[in-house]
Amino acid sequence: MTQQYRIKGGGQIDRSTDIAFTFNGKAMKGHPGDTLASALLANGQRLVGRSFKYHRPRGILTAGSEEPNALVQLRSGAHQEPNTRATTVELFEGLAATSQNHRGSLEFDLMAATDLLSPFLAAGFYYKTFMWPRAFWEKLYEPVIRASAGLGRLSMQEDPDRYDKGFVHCDLLVIGAGPAGLAAALAAGRAGARVILADEDFTPGGRLNAETLSIDDMPGADWATQAVAQLTAMDNVRLMIRSTVYGAYDHGVYGLLERCTDHLPDPGGKPRQILWRVYSRRAVLAAGSTERPIAFGNNDRPGIMLAGAMRTYVNRFAVAPGQRIAVFTNNDDGWRTAADLSAAGIDVPAVIDSRDALPPIDLPGIRHVRGAGVVDTVGRKGVRSITLTDGQMIPVDGLAVSGGWNPNVHLTCHQRGRPAWRDDINAFVPGGTLPPGMAVAGAANGALTLAAALAEGRATANAQIKELGFKPSRAAAPRAEDEPRESAPFWYVRESTKRAWLDQQNDVTVKDVKLSYQEGFRAVEHLKRYTTLGMATDQGKTANIPALAIMAECTGKTIPETGTTIFRPPYTPVPMGALAGRARGRDFRPFRLTPSHDWAKANGATFVEAGNWLRAQWYARPGEQGWRDSVDREVLMTRKSVGICDVTTLGKIDIQGRDAGAFLNKVYCNGFATLAVGKVRYGLMLREDGIAYDDGTTARLADNHYVMTTTTANAVLVFRRLEFARQCLWPDMDVHLISTTDGWAQFAVAGPNARALLRKVVDSDHDISNAAFPFMGCAEITVCGGTPARLFRISFSGELAFEIAVPARFGHSMMDVLMEAGREFDAVPYGTEALGVMRIEKGHAAGNELNGQTTAHNLGMGRMVSQKKDCIGNVLSQRPEMIRDDAVKLVGLRPVNRADKLIAGSHFINRGDDATMDNDQGWMTSVAYSPSLGHSIGLGFVKSGDTRQGEIIRAVNPLKTGEIEVEIVSAHFIDPEGERLRA
Amino acid sequence: MIIPHPLLGPRDAAEFVYLGDAALIDRPDWQAEDALAAFHDYGYLRDNPAGPHKELWYHEQGDRSWLVVTRDTTTHEITAVELARDVARSRGRSA
Amino acid sequence: MRYSAFRILREGLTGNKGWKPVWREPDPKPEYDIVIIGGGGHGLATAYYLAKEFGLTNVAVLEKGWLGSGNIGRNTTIIRSNYLLPGNEPFYELSLKLWEGLEQDFNYNAMVSQRSILNLFHSDAQRDAYVRRGNAMILAGADAELADADQLRAELPFLDFDNARFPIKGGLFQRRGGTVRHDAVAWGYARGADSRGVDIIQNCEVTGFDIENGTCAGVQTSRGAIRARKVAVCVAGSSGRVMAQAGMRLPIESHVLQAFVTEGLKPVLPGVVTFGAGHFYVSQSDKGGLVFGGDIDGYNTYAQRGNLPVVEDVAEGGMAIMPMIGRARLLRSWGGVMDMSMDGSPFIDKTHINGLYFNGGWCYGGFKATPASGFCYAHLLARDEPHPTATQMRLDRFMTGNLIDEKGQGNQPNLH
Repeated sequence: MTQQYRIKGGGQIDRSTDIAFTFNGKAMKGHPGDTLASALLANGQRLVGRSFKYHRPRGILTAGSEEPNALVQLRSGAHQEPNTRATTVELFEGLAATSQNHRGSLEFDLMAATDLLSPFLAAGFYYKTFMWPRAFWEKLYEPVIRASAGLGRLSMQEDPDRYDKGFVHCDLLVIGAGPAGLAAALAAGRAGARVILADEDFTPGGRLNAETLSIDDMPGADWATQAVAQLTAMDNVRLMIRSTVYGAYDHGVYGLLERCTDHLPDPGGKPRQILWRVYSRRAVLAAGSTERPIAFGNNDRPGIMLAGAMRTYVNRFAVAPGQRIAVFTNNDDGWRTAADLSAAGIDVPAVIDSRDALPPIDLPGIRHVRGAGVVDTVGRKGVRSITLTDGQMIPVDGLAVSGGWNPNVHLTCHQRGRPAWRDDINAFVPGGTLPPGMAVAGAANGALTLAAALAEGRATANAQIKELGFKPSRAAAPRAEDEPRESAPFWYVRESTKRAWLDQQNDVTVKDVKLSYQEGFRAVEHLKRYTTLGMATDQGKTANIPALAIMAECTGKTIPETGTTIFRPPYTPVPMGALAGRARGRDFRPFRLTPSHDWAKANGATFVEAGNWLRAQWYARPGEQGWRDSVDREVLMTRKSVGICDVTTLGKIDIQGRDAGAFLNKVYCNGFATLAVGKVRYGLMLREDGIAYDDGTTARLADNHYVMTTTTANAVLVFRRLEFARQCLWPDMDVHLISTTDGWAQFAVAGPNARALLRKVVDSDHDISNAAFPFMGCAEITVCGGTPARLFRISFSGELAFEIAVPARFGHSMMDVLMEAGREFDAVPYGTEALGVMRIEKGHAAGNELNGQTTAHNLGMGRMVSQKKDCIGNVLSQRPEMIRDDAVKLVGLRPVNRADKLIAGSHFINRGDDATMDNDQGWMTSVAYSPSLGHSIGLGFVKSGDTRQGEIIRAVNPLKTGEIEVEIVSAHFIDPEGERLRA
Repeated sequence: MIIPHPLLGPRDAAEFVYLGDAALIDRPDWQAEDALAAFHDYGYLRDNPAGPHKELWYHEQGDRSWLVVTRDTTTHEITAVELARDVARSRGRSA
Repeated sequence: MRYSAFRILREGLTGNKGWKPVWREPDPKPEYDIVIIGGGGHGLATAYYLAKEFGLTNVAVLEKGWLGSGNIGRNTTIIRSNYLLPGNEPFYELSLKLWEGLEQDFNYNAMVSQRSILNLFHSDAQRDAYVRRGNAMILAGADAELADADQLRAELPFLDFDNARFPIKGGLFQRRGGTVRHDAVAWGYARGADSRGVDIIQNCEVTGFDIENGTCAGVQTSRGAIRARKVAVCVAGSSGRVMAQAGMRLPIESHVLQAFVTEGLKPVLPGVVTFGAGHFYVSQSDKGGLVFGGDIDGYNTYAQRGNLPVVEDVAEGGMAIMPMIGRARLLRSWGGVMDMSMDGSPFIDKTHINGLYFNGGWCYGGFKATPASGFCYAHLLARDEPHPTATQMRLDRFMTGNLIDEKGQGNQPNLH
C-alpha cells in the first residue's frame, strides 16, 4: 500500500494525479502540490538521513527551508545535487532522492558506532588530541576525519544546467507572501506602486496554507489564493514565487534567487535558476517566523517534529505525521497543533505544557499534563514512546514540539544591525539600524498573530509608499482574529539525563553548551566556534536561540546581554552555478578579436589569450613539425624580406586640444614639448611612485592632435590614468581624450622589403621614401585609392618597419591587400611568438621587464626621466634606494655553451657562491631561441649589470633543470647600431 | 552600491573604478624645498577615516567622469557626489 | 592542564567534568611592562612568544570584543610561504616553520594541515613569473615545485582543462603549504600565553594613548587607564582608527574582503588551489565546506560587509576552474576589514613615539603570518631591534624607496 499516511480529504494537493518517485531506490507515489518531505511522510518514510557527527538516525523536523535533518541527494549523474532539503523540494515525476552521510545503508549505518563513543567526542575534543606523532595528522587522523565529515557528494562532473542573471527595479520589494506580505503587496499595488512580491515557496500564502485560520470569513488559504489573483491582475505588481531574497546589500539592492525549473524533471532548455539583482526604493520584510524546538533527552528521533510543521503536513499536504502524536509545548501555539491533529483524526494522547496553567483552548478528550516536560524518548529509527518528568511513559509514534517562534530577522541584520529582545514573546525582533529603506512587518517583526500581521503588513507598506509620494488606497483591510500566543521562556528539560539535542545537524547538545561554558568559551561567538553550533547548512535557524538561552543561564546574564552571532548572507544557500551565471567555460570572459582574426583563422593561425584578446601566436605551414619551426620561419622571413603582424591590440588614445603637447609632457617622463608635427617619439610613463609603468609611441599628426599607443595589457589602465591627470590634476588644460583601440586596425609591416610592399598599397601621392618619410615619421595618408589610413615609421622588430592603420572595418581587407601585395616578396604573416623573439633580439623591454617593480634606472633608461619638468613620477623616482648604483640593470644574456637553453625565471648567482637568496644577483626575465643567431638568448636584470658585460655568471633554476653558465652581453643582439631600421 | 552621478543619475557602483582618497587631487609642487617629503605624504599616507570619506571614483563603463563621492565608510551612505574636475578647480588646480 | 588522548579518555569516562577554563578572565592591573592592543591572532601570538621566548609575562592583551574576533576568526585559513621578494620570503618561511611545530609547541591541535597549495598559471608570462618565484623560494630554503598541465590533469582531474577561457598551462606547488583551523590558533596562543601569566582582557577597548613629550606611557581603555612601558598596537583592520588616537597617519587603507563557505561536502579538494586568470582561491575544510575567497571589494570601508559584484566575480572564478562546483551551495559569506598597505606588505616597527610600536598592514595575507608576526613583534618589543627576517618591514620604507611590492601594483592599496 502506498501513501498509507495520506489523510482523506483536504490539503492543497491534486489527488487526481499521481507522481512516481524513488527514495533510496524504493518506488513511492505522491501528488502535485507535495514536497518531497510530505510525500515521504505520506508513504510512511520517517527515517531520511543521518546526522553529521554521530550518524544518528534522523527524520523530518520542519516543513521549510530551516530543515536541519532531512537533507538528501537529489537527482543523479551530473545533475546530482547534495544536501537538498526534502522539505523544500517540490515533487516531480521521476524524482530520485537518496539519503546521505552513511556507510552501508541508511538503516544500518556502520558509522553509527561513533554514537557509542560520544563521551569521548564532546565539543572541541579534536583540539586536544591527534597531535602525536606530528606527521600522523595529514597521513592518518585528518583523512579519517575528512572522510567521515562532509555531508552530500558532488558528482565531480561539470554542472550541466544553465543559469541566468537578471536585474529588476521596483518601488517596493515585499519579501514573503504570507499574510503580512500579501497585505503589504495589496496595499502598495492598489496605490499604484511598482511592487515585487517574492516568496521562497511554490505556493504563496505562507503560514495561511498551513493553518485553519480564517480571513474575511473564508479559509486563510482561500483568501491567499484570492489575494494572489488580485495581485496577478495588477500590471504594476510582479509576483515571484520559488524566489528567495537571500541578501540585503547597500542602497536598496537585494539578491534574489529564482528557482525556475528545479520543480521539473527536465529544464526543457530553460535556465535552472536566475540570480536577480533587485534594485528597490523601499522594502517590506515580511519573512515570517521560525518555530524553535525544546531540548530534552533523545529529542532527535524520527517522528519528533516541530508542532507548526505538523500542522503544515496535516493541513496543507493532508499527511498524518503519525497515528498517535503527543504535543510538548511551552506556549499557546502548540495547542493548536493538538487541535488540528485531532481534527484530522489523529489520536493525540496528551498535551504536555511546561507551564502550570489552564489550557488556552478547550480540547475535549485530550489529556493536559501541566507544568511538565518530556525527559526521554524511545525508538531508534522512529519514536515509539516518550517519558515525562513525572516518570510516566506514553506510547506514541509522533511528538510535536513547540518552543515558541523566532521572527525571521536575518535580512535586517545583513548590514550589521543587531536584533532586540522582547520579553513578551521571548524572541529577538528587528532592532537597531535596519538596512536603509527596509521596514519589517508581521511575524518577522514580532506580530505573531494573524490579525496583527495583516494590519501591520498593510500599514507598513502604506507608510513606505507614502514616503515615495504614493497615496494609499482606501480599500478595506482584511478582517481576522488574533489567536492566543502566550509563551514561556522554557528552553530545555533540565531533568533529562540523556543527550538533549540543540543543533541536530551538527550534533550539538545541551551538555556541549555547558562544556563550552565550563572551558571558558562563553562569548556567543566562542560558543558557536567551539561547539560548531549553528554552522550547519541551516545556520542554526532552529537551534541558536535555545542554545543562547542555555549559555545565558550558565553565565547568569540575560539573553540579550549574551547577544547573538551575526546573520550573514545568504538567507538560504545559493548554488555556485547561479552566482556565476553564464560567465563560465569559454564564456568566463568575453573574447576580443582582432580585425584580422578571421583571416588568421583561415590561414592556419594558432591563437593565444592576451588579456581578453585572442591574438595569432604563429601561422603553421604544412610540413612544419612544431611551433618552433613556424616561429623560426616567421622571424627569418621577416628579417630577410618582409613580415606582417596585426598589432591592433596595442592601446590607441587620440589626444587633441591646445594643451595636448603640454599634457603629454606631464604624463611621460621624457620630454615631449619639442615633438614636431609628422614625428613619432618613444615615451616612457612612470607611476607617481616612480616605477616604470608603460611605454609606447606617440605621434603628432597635427598641431593639436596626437595619437598615443600603449601596451596591450595597459590600454585601459593608461587611459584611466590620463583621464585622472586631465580631470583631477590639470583640470584647466585644453585636452580631450578618446580611446581608439577598437577604431583602428593596425598592422606592422617589417623587413627590408617593407617599403617596397607598402608602395604598392599606399596611394602614390604619398611619398614614403626614406628621405621624405624617415624613421620615426608619421602621416595621415590614403591607401587603395582613397581609403583613409595612418602610417607610422616605427619598429619593434628592429627592421625597416612601418605600422599602418586603417579604420577597423577595413582591417580584414587590409590584411588581404597587404598579403597580396607582399606575394612577390614572399611576405609572411607573423604572430606574437615571432614578435616576441624579434623584440628580445633587439633588447626591447616588454611585460616581463615592465612588471610594475622595475624603475627606469633598472631598465637602463634612468636618464630619460627628466628632472627639468613637472611630470608624473619623477620626484619619487629619485628616492635613494631606487637609484642605487648596484641596482639591477637590464642586460642581454647568452649561454656559454651555445647549445644550452635559457630559462626565464632563473636566478643569477656568481661563480663560486652558494645558490642562496643572499647571493642572488638578479633573474632572467625573457628568453627566446634566436633563429638569427642560432642559439638561445635572454634578457635579464643583473645587479650592476651595466658594468659587467662579458662576465660569466650562473643561471640557476633549481625548480627544474639545475644551472648553466651564461655570459652577460648587450641586450641588443641584432643590429646594435640600428642601421636596418633607418634604412 | 549605487552612486548618484551628478550628470547621469543613479548608477550601479559596478560601473565605476575606485581609486581612493580625494586628497590624491592635491598633488604637491614638484619644485618645493620638501618636494620628496610632500610627495611621500601625498603618495603614501592616508587619513583612512571611519566615517565620512571623500573619495575618487571613475565612471569607466559610463561617461568617463572622475567623481568625488562623499561616503561614510561605516555605513556606506553617500551624502554628496561632485565632478572631480569641479573639486580640483575649487582646490586651486588649473593647468 | 595538558591535553592528550589519555586525558580525553579519562574525562570521557567521568562525564567531562574535569575540563578547566582554557583562559582566565582577569581584571586589568594598573600597570604592565607591555600592553598589546588587539587580541586577534597576531596579538595573542605576540603575547605567547613574549612569554615563552623572552620570559616577559607582565603583559596584557587588550581586546575590545572577544578574543580571536579579529581576522583570525574570519579567513580562508591558508598557510604558505610562496613569496618572491627578499623582504618577505624569509619571514614567511619562518612562519611556515613555526606552523609546522606549533601544535606540539602549544599543546593544542590547530589542525595544521600541509595539504599543499597550487597556483595555476595560464600564460607564458605568468609561468615565467612563477618560475622566478619558485626559484626564489628554493633559494630561500623553502619548497616549490613546477607542474605542467599534464601533471595537473593527473593530480586534479576535476579542473577545467578542456573548455577553459584561459587554459590551464601549469602551476606552482608548494607542498608544505596548506590550511589551519583558524580559531584554534587564537585559542592555542591564548591558552599558552594565559598559562604563562599573560592577562588577556576581553571587552576592553582602547580609547586613547597617554603620550607626553614624545613618549607613550600607557593607554586609556573602557576599563580604566593602564600604564605600560611599551604599548604594542596590533589591530589589523582597525589600524587607522587606533593610530589616529596617537596622531599618526599610516600608509594603510581599510578595505573589506569577503570570504565564503559552501555547505559541507564529502572530500573534493585535496589542497589549496588558486586561479591565475581571475581572483579565486579555495580549499576544503575538515568539516567538508569549500572555503574560498577572491578580491577585496575595492573601496575604503570599516563596515565588515561587502556587496554583490564581488560575490559574483568570485563565484565566476570558481566555476571557471572547477565547473563541478555548480551545484554546491554557498552557505555563508563574511566581510572582514583588511589593513591594506601601500605596497601590499606589512609593518613590524617602532613608531616615532617612544614606547609605541606598530604591527599592521597585513592586507589580506595576515593569517599565514600569525606565528612569525608574533615571533618577530615579540623580538622587537623585547630587544628593541627587528628580527633578522623582518628588517625591511619598516614604516619609513616609502621614504627611502625600499619597497616590498610583490605584485608590482604601486601605491594603490586596493590593487594589492
